Amino acid sequence: MSDATTSGRLAHHFESLEQQHESALLGMWAFLAQEVMFFGGLFTCYVVYRNLYHDAFVEGSHHLDVFLGTVNTAVLIGSSLTIALGVRSAQLGRPRATAGFIGATIALALVFFGIKSVEYWAKYEHGLIPGLAWHPEPGASPQLGIFFGLYFVMTGMHALHMLIGLGLMVVVGWRALRGRYGPDNFIGVEVLGLYWHFVDLVWIFLFPLLYLLGRHAH
Amino acid sequence: MSDHDVLPLRVYFGVFGTLLALTGLTTWIAYQDFGNLNTTIALVIASIKVVLVVLWFMHVKQSSGLVRIFALSGFFWLMILFGYTLSDYFTRTSVRGWE
Amino acid sequence: MSVPGAATARTAEPSNYLNAEYSIKSWFLTLDHKRIGLLYLAGLTFFFTLGGLFAVLIRLELLTPEGDLFQSETYNKLFTMHGIFMVFFFLLPSIPAVLGNFFLPLMIGARDLAFPKLNLLSWYIYMVGGLFTLYAMVAGGVDTGWTFYTPYSSVYANSHVIAAALGIFISGFSSILTGVNFIATIHTMRAPGLTWFRMPLFVWAHYATSLIMVLGTPVIAITIVLVAIERLFGVGIFDPAKGGDPILFQHLFWFYSHPAVYIMILPGMGVISEIVACFSRKRIFGYHIIAMSSLAIAVLGFLVWGHHMFVSGQSIYAGILFSLLSMLVAIPSAIKVFNWTATLYRGSIRFDTPMLYTLGFIGLFTIGGLTGIFLASLAVDVHVHDTYFIVAHFHYVMVGGMVMAYLGGLHFYWPKMFGRLYPETLAKIAAVMIFVGFNLTFFPQFLLGYLGMPRRYHAYPEEFQVLNVLSTAGASILGLGFALPMGYLIWSLFRGKPAGNNPWGASGLEWQTQSPPISHNFDEVPIVTEEAYAYDTLRPPAAASPEQEEVLHV
Repeated sequence: MSDATTSGRLAHHFESLEQQHESALLGMWAFLAQEVMFFGGLFTCYVVYRNLYHDAFVEGSHHLDVFLGTVNTAVLIGSSLTIALGVRSAQLGRPRATAGFIGATIALALVFFGIKSVEYWAKYEHGLIPGLAWHPEPGASPQLGIFFGLYFVMTGMHALHMLIGLGLMVVVGWRALRGRYGPDNFIGVEVLGLYWHFVDLVWIFLFPLLYLLGRHAH
Repeated sequence: MSDHDVLPLRVYFGVFGTLLALTGLTTWIAYQDFGNLNTTIALVIASIKVVLVVLWFMHVKQSSGLVRIFALSGFFWLMILFGYTLSDYFTRTSVRGWE
Repeated sequence: MSVPGAATARTAEPSNYLNAEYSIKSWFLTLDHKRIGLLYLAGLTFFFTLGGLFAVLIRLELLTPEGDLFQSETYNKLFTMHGIFMVFFFLLPSIPAVLGNFFLPLMIGARDLAFPKLNLLSWYIYMVGGLFTLYAMVAGGVDTGWTFYTPYSSVYANSHVIAAALGIFISGFSSILTGVNFIATIHTMRAPGLTWFRMPLFVWAHYATSLIMVLGTPVIAITIVLVAIERLFGVGIFDPAKGGDPILFQHLFWFYSHPAVYIMILPGMGVISEIVACFSRKRIFGYHIIAMSSLAIAVLGFLVWGHHMFVSGQSIYAGILFSLLSMLVAIPSAIKVFNWTATLYRGSIRFDTPMLYTLGFIGLFTIGGLTGIFLASLAVDVHVHDTYFIVAHFHYVMVGGMVMAYLGGLHFYWPKMFGRLYPETLAKIAAVMIFVGFNLTFFPQFLLGYLGMPRRYHAYPEEFQVLNVLSTAGASILGLGFALPMGYLIWSLFRGKPAGNNPWGASGLEWQTQSPPISHNFDEVPIVTEEAYAYDTLRPPAAASPEQEEVLHV
């Protein structure tokens, strides 16, 4: 707590900003390990049922829109780039640029949600939402419901994480504008970036596993 | 963190470009017939993308060994969950026919 | 919220974390890890009492062979609510949330945990989860058993599964956040000189526990979500009628819930290591091995979950694998027991209350652990699966092990937490009552199970009555034994003799600060220059006297 300019940002129980930074970074990575296991439970269900009911999964995958899925993947990768650049601006001590990049990330996330809701709406119209609107075509695989059940839980949980991320971005973006972060004190932005990249990582696996199954066969 | 830790912009845009290219590649490959290998190829491409994001966007390349261990631990435990669960499903011999 | 010690605090007591502020807000919005520990203590005691009441009702019903006191549906709800409250709202958080929260920063010479706000949040999350489950109880209860096995829970049960499931889902995040907090704290906030192998074993045990909390809990969270979604929308993920596999639920459930047993027992083992060394006045035997065995238990604990599914349709080959791995966990557990025993050997042992609990723990945990090896053997498990043998086994580990360690730890650390001593004679009587009552309750259940009495039924054949009556009699002694500490510990808050800073003459940083500790734990950051448990260089304690103002140089 020696430096007067940094003491306001240093919590009382830490010795130095480095220690505070390291703590938060480690804590966030531990939290991300938790996130991996959270989605891991869903991926386990996916792996098991895909092995048991391969044909039903291929059938379900053909009901999804590859074009929209690919575009959405690109949009999410773009948002990962913008938030990474936001963290970089914070490292360089440019809070306004940080806020700008966070704004861009929010915009891209909203585009993702827009495309996603078009897809969800199509599923609703085709009667492919188990429990809410479920009227599969006659002759559909009996286990198609499991594919779509997993599709909605996996993409829904992913979307929920994005929503939480959006909330965090509003807070961090606001704080960046208010000058809360400096070149040696930007852990809030960095942790947000880690979280958002993780959300991106989940989608990078969801996309081929859900959209691209057995496309070559038909 | 000091200035020398800040990655140049070309790294970010390079990673971004590679990720986009790999996304296009994985979609294109899905329509080519590689037999049973299609899934494997898709997963390999996804893993490459994940490694790119983790190493450069998430700064693990510059991070301490401890952070790297933490980053790996989640995936390691996920493999435990997959591996041992599948050890059941892949060795069920007599209990077939409950589909 | 009453403030312990308030009556006498005004006189001459130096400033500490209890008398620093008195307002209700200063408790419910506190960021002080010590106060948060006490908030947890209050919540846990409430849920423990509630779970205990359900246990009393269960034992009353089982007094007679006929199902005369409750309908079978009511009985199903009783054992379910007993299990849910005890497992998720008492056993899992107990030692980490109370003693861990309070003492982990003190032991490593830190001013607080790394994320104090997250710590407070985790208490609120825990309470909100508890409220949801309480709502499920008041609204009519849950009858699925604490394991929520599908498809009963997801399709057929008519009770309030979703509310209870939501409660468990929410409280899981309290556990995760605590784990994240502990991991970051232990890695980055140790005092200068406190290297990894100078840390008290309590801290090692909590590190291992945190790993399980962080890596295991999310899996049950998502599994519970799937059960709720299955109930709401009938997706079919766990419903065999729609192609789902109930065994998959069991895999995911036990992937967390078996390691969860180690979340309960590892912190207990940490407490036991502290107490054994202190009351034997010896360096703990095999420090490094005990520390490493905690980590080994944490990792191996993740590889054994299939032993809950030997008879449920899991592949027999997976069964063999899980059986073998389950036996492996016995090794690090046994290492600990042997090391504690070796620590006792030629020590100058004092039989204060914490030590009585510790000796009880070592014996009962050994029985619980060894019967675990029986159950890990495929053939024996087929015979005793779903009988009272299982019930007795896990109560020996959870109550005989975990609760004994919790009470031992609570007594050991009470003088530090509140600056006052509890009445020693009464405490010894309670400890003996708990030990005797516990054995009388659960040892007959081993016999019952071996003879074939299945669990979770409210009626049983008449030949089992004698053993059941013994068990119920034991439960009454056990219940009284638990009531006693609740009474005298609260009494001691106001009337107990002042404890002094170090009544046990224990080593460790937590005993160097004043009792109760000041809000910021240490006036100066302590510097550690030697290993933990340096009892050979410590003076033995004078009989704990009020005047005692021992300054220990570590």
